[in-house]
Amino acid sequence: MTPLLSVRDLRKTYGPRVGCTDVSFDLYPGEVMGIVGESGSGKSTLLSCLAGHLDPDEGTVVYDTRDRGRVDTRSMSEPARRMLGRTDWAFVHQNPRDGLRMSVSAGGNVGERLMAVGARHYGDIRDSALDWLGRVEIEADRIDDRPRAFSGGMQQRLQIARNLVTGPRLVFMDEPTGGLDVSVQARLLDLMRGLVREMGLSAIIVTHDLAVVRLLADRLMVMKSGQVVEAGLTDQVLDDPQHAYTQLLVSSVLQV
Amino acid sequence: MIRIENVAKSFTLHNQGSAVIPVMSNAAFSVAPGECVALTGNSGAGKSTLMRMIYGNYLTASGTIMIGETDVATAEPREIIALRRNTLGYVSQFLRVVPRVSTLDVVADPLLAVGVPLDVARTRARALLTRLNIPETLWGLSPTTFSGGEQQRVNIARGFAHDYPALLLDEPTASLDATNRDTVLRLIEEAKGRGAAIVGIFHDAPARHRVADREVDISTFTPKVAA
Repeated sequence: MTPLLSVRDLRKTYGPRVGCTDVSFDLYPGEVMGIVGESGSGKSTLLSCLAGHLDPDEGTVVYDTRDRGRVDTRSMSEPARRMLGRTDWAFVHQNPRDGLRMSVSAGGNVGERLMAVGARHYGDIRDSALDWLGRVEIEADRIDDRPRAFSGGMQQRLQIARNLVTGPRLVFMDEPTGGLDVSVQARLLDLMRGLVREMGLSAIIVTHDLAVVRLLADRLMVMKSGQVVEAGLTDQVLDDPQHAYTQLLVSSVLQV
Repeated sequence: MIRIENVAKSFTLHNQGSAVIPVMSNAAFSVAPGECVALTGNSGAGKSTLMRMIYGNYLTASGTIMIGETDVATAEPREIIALRRNTLGYVSQFLRVVPRVSTLDVVADPLLAVGVPLDVARTRARALLTRLNIPETLWGLSPTTFSGGEQQRVNIARGFAHDYPALLLDEPTASLDATNRDTVLRLIEEAKGRGAAIVGIFHDAPARHRVADREVDISTFTPKVAA
């Protein structure tokens, strides 16, 4: 099987400071990988480099495209990379305001992604939007409301709908459940797990919530000071951590 | 089906003075299809540790753990995921599920993962839940709010939903009443009948004598403290 995404020796620095360094991994189709670590460990920098939002200093990010096979996304032209970001990839931001257009209706937010890939029939676009709002459990009569009028949890679900409507193969998520209360988190987790299985998605999820990765991710990478200190099967890393930092991280979780 | 050779394991506690605790060395045994092997030994001898190593939940320091054609000790994460999906089932003492998912779907889940159609998977899940005396009124609810015994039975139903060629059972009859205990033992006998290789931990001695063909004493694998 060909990896969907192959990352080798990725490095990004901010002047003298290291964002992330020496990151290598392969992500296979249908796999969900979690990246955990404390604030400032380089998780979000890594995610941005993978998704093409930041240009890494060194290394390669090879993606298995639908039409041209394996391509290093760093050598792609900007329009080609943007096209990838609108079709095959999706990026779910921690703050829904970064991923939504707050002054456009919920239906418009979902429809915009479709129009960006060429959909023009208004009725079809609205039907897709309604279908997706239903899948993320937003009432149909809210389709013309703006996200501003939605709760935080609804905004996050709308952002997921907007991202998945074009049928992406790879989803990047940056703290998708951060800032939501736990009952809403559970609902969102259940939803994401269902979507990942139904659509056969691959996903990379950055979070500092170990309970979230245990339920969502097949594999886990633990980052500290910009480096991956441990990687492996999620339950193995959490239940039998080898690195001192991972042991500290796991033993620091408060029991409910 | 299951073959364990020369397996060793130690825990290093980096944050507690880097204490190294050797827990196992030279562990070796094998289980044929249709056979049930019971792990015995005192608490702390390493029964659950060895079981978790077989499942790939704990890393194996050295040696080989073959399940069919896969060596769990050296396999890549995705190979272990495939192994767990198709070949190797595990009934642990704890139920870990996404909140909000109904009991019926929790039990049907392993079948859906191997591509069984939804209606077939749900029919099989209903049959198992009925056999294990989970009242039908609870099927639509998430098992997170159930009693300990009910959760244990949901866990067993989930573990027996797909016909895994290899099964690990960690105290499957703990906290069950006589009727349910009998049902679980019968499920184990049926699994043996269809050719599953089973490794179990049973503190319940009569249960162990009923289903296990052999016993492996784990304390013989426990490293002796240097004199």
